[in-house]
Amino acid sequence: MNDALGGAQSVLVLGGASELGLATLRALDLRPGARVLLAGRSPEAMAAAAAEAGLAPSVTVSTTNWDARDTAGHEAFVEKAFAELGEVDLVLAPAGILGDQQRAETDPAHAVDIWETNFVGLAATLLSAAARLRTQGHGVLVVYSSVAGLRGRKANFVYGASKAGLDAFAEGLGASLAGTGVRLVLVRPGFVRGRMTAGMPAAPMATTPEAVGAAVAAAVAGRAEIVPVPRAVGPVFLVLRALPAKIFRRLPG
Amino acid sequence: MAEVRPVADVGRAPVPRLLTGWGRTAPTRAAVIAPDGPAGPARAGSGDLSGLADAVLASSAVVASGAVAGSRPGPARGLIARGLGRSYGDAAQNAGGTVVDMTALTRVTAIDLAAGTVTAGAGLSLDALMRIVLPLGFFVPVTPGTRYVTLGGALASDIHGKNHHVDGSFSDHVLAFDLMTGTGEIITVTPGGAPDAFAATAGGMGLSGIVTAVTLRLLPVATSRMRVDTERVGGLDELMGRMAARDDDYRYSVAWIDTLARGASMGRAVLTRGDHAAPDELPAKAARDPLRFAPHPRLVAPDVFPSRALNRLSVRAFNELWYRRAPVRHTGLESIATFFHPLDGVGDWNRVYGPRGFVQYQFVVPFGAEETVRTAVTRLSDARCPSFLAVLKRFGPGNGHPLSFPAPGWTLALDIPAGLPGLVGLLDGLDELVAGAGGRVYLSKDSRLRPDLLAAMYPGLDRWRELRAKLDPTGVFVSDLARRLALTTGPAVGPPLAGR
Ligand SMILES: Cc1cc2nc3c(=O)[nH]c(=O)nc-3n(C[C@H](O)[C@H](O)[C@H](O)COP(=O)(O)OP(=O)(O)OC[C@H]3O[C@@H](n4cnc5c(N)ncnc54)[C@H](O)[C@@H]3O)c2cc1C
Ligand SMILES: NC(=O)c1ccc[n+]([C@@H]2O[C@H](COP(=O)([O-])OP(=O)(O)OC[C@H]3O[C@@H](n4cnc5c(N)ncnc54)[C@H](OP(=O)(O)O)[C@@H]3O)[C@@H](O)[C@H]2O)c1
Repeated sequence: MNDALGGAQSVLVLGGASELGLATLRALDLRPGARVLLAGRSPEAMAAAAAEAGLAPSVTVSTTNWDARDTAGHEAFVEKAFAELGEVDLVLAPAGILGDQQRAETDPAHAVDIWETNFVGLAATLLSAAARLRTQGHGVLVVYSSVAGLRGRKANFVYGASKAGLDAFAEGLGASLAGTGVRLVLVRPGFVRGRMTAGMPAAPMATTPEAVGAAVAAAVAGRAEIVPVPRAVGPVFLVLRALPAKIFRRLPG
Repeated sequence: MAEVRPVADVGRAPVPRLLTGWGRTAPTRAAVIAPDGPAGPARAGSGDLSGLADAVLASSAVVASGAVAGSRPGPARGLIARGLGRSYGDAAQNAGGTVVDMTALTRVTAIDLAAGTVTAGAGLSLDALMRIVLPLGFFVPVTPGTRYVTLGGALASDIHGKNHHVDGSFSDHVLAFDLMTGTGEIITVTPGGAPDAFAATAGGMGLSGIVTAVTLRLLPVATSRMRVDTERVGGLDELMGRMAARDDDYRYSVAWIDTLARGASMGRAVLTRGDHAAPDELPAKAARDPLRFAPHPRLVAPDVFPSRALNRLSVRAFNELWYRRAPVRHTGLESIATFFHPLDGVGDWNRVYGPRGFVQYQFVVPFGAEETVRTAVTRLSDARCPSFLAVLKRFGPGNGHPLSFPAPGWTLALDIPAGLPGLVGLLDGLDELVAGAGGRVYLSKDSRLRPDLLAAMYPGLDRWRELRAKLDPTGVFVSDLARRLALTTGPAVGPPLAGR
């Protein structure tokens, strides 16, 4: 059960080796006895990541197989994950790939891959998870969106479209959960200096995985539902969204 | 055995509702049913509760079958009784399951003036009971800091009052109660006739069944006024010294500590002790109506407080004023409402803590562990919690019921806003300190205890689990508190370790 201070006793991570997911787990500072189930494609990568996350020794971590693109298997996967954890207090959903924009433009199969991973597969899994949380009458879902989903940009519109879809989906799902005891936290990080963006030039107001983790942990403990990171990008997002297309196009990047 | 009918037959259809405790933290959704005990004479004070029995049976059948719950809250996730929701945490809520609102079961079925006993539905509030029995020359044997608790809630928490050192806790004055068990039967429980069911229920947090009616021994009083000695005390050591020396001269005793006071005035407090006044102590006007009891109607705190409305400065100013206002030493008369229930004058005062709500932390440590009390007060005052007053009191002997909170020693209770940075670590640290000193925290106030400390705090836990299981073989009674602390089941065996 979630406690009065936002403490979670059981956590399911969709994208168990994710850097932002693990930064979040670390920031949550789970208490002794908590149980974490990491779900993803590579048990080795997840186990290595869990070791790196430096969780308290009495936090139990296990891994399970989940591929976002395997939509046919999601219902069974979610059922099994919930059965294994018993109550699920918190679902983190940081799975995602950045993909290669240029390749996607010439190889639509790659674009499909990005969309299936970031939007179709993840959203489908979240639907199953949300239904079970509703039944439970409590729990928190965390969805990792991105500034890239805000507007379609030449440089990354294939990835951006997947995040735009996810973002709209999550915002609506969150609204549909009002009054059910379940809360959805929609995180909107700006540019995060991390594994996914290694080698890329940092955008203005870049943030870190640690900052994202801390912001998510604070939102889980509190009442926030939409969480821009850093907080200051919130107003920037609003402005970007409102800019006329002609001007928006001329922005660098 | 009753046939299984849908849960909707109880009173009216179940209503899905988000529920929290008084601290307004961790809301969860449940289907709320409200038996209203129609006029039928089936049981003293409980009316005809066959609809409720059906709900228990239906839930028990689904729970036993292991069926997966549907998309709406319902029977697969069990039931729990709820009174007036004055427990601070998650004791009277049941995420995804059914919550039985007991507050319509208020019928008083017997008052025996000669014996000084009353029998009433478990949903009757102490407020209503006082209004009935005070004019007859009786007071409730134990009252908490609010009158808005039900008889059922008082028994399930085995509540204590300012008179614990003299009179013990609520269940010590319960002569009998009716309990609907996990099989839907109602059994009448007396301390001598069914000691196991009594022990499992007194302090059992609603997990042994649904109390439908209670027979209570009342305290005869000659007036409705309190004679109160008030003393201002400069520091904690002096306070504990004065309490230890002279508490036993009074039926009621409690001290309010200013946790924001630091340095030399750390632990400064106002100590109030008293007893029911005799008729000849009342001024002439009051003596004409010595049993008058008419608490003022309540103001209601508006629901507009942001979480930061209470900060250290505003609370410090309040505490300072409160301390300065208290007389250095004074004896006077007070009304029952002023002496026992000062916060009841403002309805819904819990809203002042804003949308994130607050936790109440209450522990008891044995006599001899004064150092632990001192450390706790020091840590709380070092953390500069913007808390209004903390309450310190001495408990007398406990009653041995396995989950009953009171045990001989010092008990400290205070409210803390849930958003205070560092609160998780601060309270976890205090829990360890308290458990290490042989103490415990109060489950009716708890909303965040670590489950692994429970067994150390309540050594009777395993025994309680055995007694409880006999009354509820399928495990139909469950609450968020029970889930969070693995209260009835013991800790889940974790999945295998991976990669570490
Ligand atoms: C301002 C304030 C001051 C307080 N001061 C004190 C104090 O001085 N001493 C003290 O001991 N407590 C104190 N309390 C706590 C309060 O007395 C207890 O939490 C009490 O149990 C609340 O009763 P309720 O009817 O509101 O029950 P709820 O809060 O609704 O429920 C509490 C528990 O009782 C169970 N329960 C309720 N009704 C039934 C029933 N009919 N059958 C079986 N189980 C049932 C519930 O399942 C739950 O586990 C205080 C609370 C407040 C808000
Ligand atoms: N980093 C940033 O700059 C940034 C900025 C804004 C938003 N975000 C978003 O935040 C989230 C987390 O980012 P991150 O930096 O933590 O990325 P990351 O470290 O690359 O983690 C992403 C995780 O998703 C998993 N994954 C990929 N495809 C999958 C599939 N088909 N099925 C299951 N799991 C799959 C990966 O596991 P494998 O090992 O199996 O590949 C990996 O563990 C992403 O959604 C990202 O889009 C990131």
